Amino acid sequence: MGSILILGGTSDIAISIAEEYLSNGYQVVLAARNLERLGIVKSDLQIRYNGVVEIKPFDAEELQSHHDLVGSLDPLPDITLCAFGYLGDQSIAKKNTEECLKIITVNFTGAVSILNLISERYKKNRAGTIIGLSSVAGERGRQSNYIYGSSKAAFTSYLSGLRNELFHFGCHVLTVKPGFVDTKMTKHLELNPWLTAQPNQVAKAVFRGANSKRNTIYVLKMWRFIMFIIRQLPETVFKRLKM
Amino acid sequence: MRQKVFNWGRYPQGDVDLLPLYYLEELDELTSKPCIARGNGRCYGDSSLSSQVISTITFDKALIFDKKQGIFKCQSGMQLSDILDIIVPHGWFLPVTPGTKFITVGGAVASDIHGKNHHTEGSFSKHIIEFEIYSGEGLHYTCSAKEHPDLFHATCGGMGLTGIITSVTFQLKKIESVFITRVQEKARNLDEAFELFEKYSNHTYSMAWIDCLKGGNSFGRSIMMAGEHTTLNELNAKQKPEALKLLQGSKLNIPLDLPSFMLSGLSVKSFNELYYHKILGKVKQDKTYFDQFFYPLDAINNWNRMYGKHGFIQYQFVLPLSTSRAGLVEIMEKIRNQGSGSFLAVLKQFGPQDGMLSFPMEGYTLALDFPFRPGLLKFLNKLDELVLKYHGRLYLTKDARMDAEVFKASYPNLGEFINVLDKYVPKRSFSSFQSERLFG
Ligand SMILES: Cc1cc2nc3c(=O)[nH]c(=O)nc-3n(C[C@H](O)[C@H](O)[C@H](O)COP(=O)(O)OP(=O)(O)OC[C@H]3O[C@@H](n4cnc5c(N)ncnc54)[C@H](O)[C@@H]3O)c2cc1C
Ligand SMILES: NC(=O)c1ccc[n+]([C@@H]2O[C@H](COP(=O)([O-])OP(=O)(O)OC[C@H]3O[C@@H](n4cnc5c(N)ncnc54)[C@H](OP(=O)(O)O)[C@@H]3O)[C@@H](O)[C@H]2O)c1
Repeated sequence: MGSILILGGTSDIAISIAEEYLSNGYQVVLAARNLERLGIVKSDLQIRYNGVVEIKPFDAEELQSHHDLVGSLDPLPDITLCAFGYLGDQSIAKKNTEECLKIITVNFTGAVSILNLISERYKKNRAGTIIGLSSVAGERGRQSNYIYGSSKAAFTSYLSGLRNELFHFGCHVLTVKPGFVDTKMTKHLELNPWLTAQPNQVAKAVFRGANSKRNTIYVLKMWRFIMFIIRQLPETVFKRLKM
Repeated sequence: MRQKVFNWGRYPQGDVDLLPLYYLEELDELTSKPCIARGNGRCYGDSSLSSQVISTITFDKALIFDKKQGIFKCQSGMQLSDILDIIVPHGWFLPVTPGTKFITVGGAVASDIHGKNHHTEGSFSKHIIEFEIYSGEGLHYTCSAKEHPDLFHATCGGMGLTGIITSVTFQLKKIESVFITRVQEKARNLDEAFELFEKYSNHTYSMAWIDCLKGGNSFGRSIMMAGEHTTLNELNAKQKPEALKLLQGSKLNIPLDLPSFMLSGLSVKSFNELYYHKILGKVKQDKTYFDQFFYPLDAINNWNRMYGKHGFIQYQFVLPLSTSRAGLVEIMEKIRNQGSGSFLAVLKQFGPQDGMLSFPMEGYTLALDFPFRPGLLKFLNKLDELVLKYHGRLYLTKDARMDAEVFKASYPNLGEFINVLDKYVPKRSFSSFQSERLFG
């Protein structure tokens, strides 16, 4: 039976994806930086799904530790989900280098570091799937969150290059742009319910998307349309908007 | 984020800061202002409303399931529906369940809920092994009947006023199948109904639907419903291998708020159908899936919208054994004469109960709905007087309007409860619109 490695295993979206894979008979390895929280997620998943769940320590910002983590995975699960991310606070990040670097490291540098290692092993195996949770925020920088947005843009671009490379090794890369999702990341925001997906909707879309080897998915159809419009707006217009 | 929040009766509505709880570490900050816990909002009135509300719906992880001993531990926001999905296939059931499975375990403790088995197995608190509670100021307590027993008994039925329950460990009950062997019997009037409660008092589960509008010889006509978990022996060879298999039901939705005038028509029809068609003879026995037995209303999503956008009040009172009969007659007559109550009510027998603010007491409880109309609150005050006259009390989790005087006169252990508050939450860090009204 298949297995999936989930990086950022305490994320709400990640937990829903773990549930989806467990109920389809997969084994799950969860990696996250807070092992106490992760232990609770593990007990919950095991009790609900009666499946095999393993946990590992992983901090996206501790780049040097990534090598050991990947080395400890034997066999390497055939799917890797990169779910961790950090929204941060744009107004703080603009003035505070630490916050700014954290956003960039968690969303981009850390992801690149760990996925470089994993994709090399997938290449060797000539099999494997990588799923990256990126964001529509990466499609066009907006004043309210362009540090997060640009780090996700870089991540999307990385995933597209990786897909191109891995294709020639029989491996697949899926980019997910979920739109708004109702999770702890967005709990302080007032989200339009029509544009907001539940984590289990994302999970179902990801499972289907990975199985059918889709390249990029949006979860709610509406978002594909919205982002199309947003991309079409001429910069001279866009720059005047307050978003 | 400030938003309009209301509970199951859709009355009252509050402007509320609804703060989701994800991790224990967040509690200090979340409770820095006076607040109240809210589970799934299935209480009817304002018990879980306050200007600052901690929502436990996101705090819902299963922690331990001991399949041998039938012990379950989970975070307080886990819902009974999720627990059933986990435990039933392993031959375990909830020790006590209310008429909906969409409530949280924290809510089950805080209201010390009762089920159709109160007369035989007591309320939820009787089956708790221990729980953990955050009482503010960084203090967490583990409570059981032995450890911090005062806080334990005040929290069960304490409507969230002693703190935020964070996890609950409780004993499950062994079952052999997903079915309930159900007996239904008609009672032509109230006397017959009381006789039937006696007759079925050894049945684990019992309750009666009672017609509140009929007068004369048929005053108090009812349908008694009693049940037992079906054993393997009672199943045929085809059913046996699937004895513990969960069935998935489809749900009806009530999409819009129906005008309230539709209501009486609807419920009259459904009762008549039950009364005249479903039970053809006087007694009917059958096997039914547990969902249909315990949660008939859950099959209709949002049935509370039936009462229209003004909402409704569910009035549930209990009377001690000695006054039950006389009290029910007088109260039901009053409701019938006024003609604004729901047609259907639920009558149920309670066994003995001790607790500080737990609702049940040995006797009979009646619950019925009143769609919101002008004059309703005045009328209910009149009913309160009768409930007091017969030494009864109202269920806090259904209440949205009782006066402080009525509350104080009908909950004899209130003083003891306040002593526990003084000891564990001297700053009264937890309060609801209801507690402000009743304790204020
Ligand atoms: C259709 C229907 C049928 C019902 N049938 C029955 C029945 O047969 N028997 C019965 O006893 N009840 C019954 N109820 C009432 C219901 O069981 C209770 O109101 C229950 O407490 C609701 O739980 P909740 O999770 O929705 O909590 P809420 O409604 O959100 O809150 C209820 C109370 O619990 C407190 N609370 C919730 N979580 C916590 C926590 N973690 N820590 C501390 N306090 C907390 C709140 O502060 C509030 O005082 C019924 C309700 C409905 C809608
Ligand atoms: N929610 C949305 O609207 C939305 C929209 C588009 C894209 N996304 C993306 O979806 C992904 C999942 O987010 P979510 O919505 O599920 O939010 P979430 O529940 O807040 O998850 C974020 C996760 O990232 C982890 N994380 C943060 N910093 C980390 C680090 N240094 N090392 C390892 N893990 C770290 C967090 O772990 P801790 O538990 O240790 O903090 C947390 O599990 C993110 O990449 C997010 O950017 C979300």
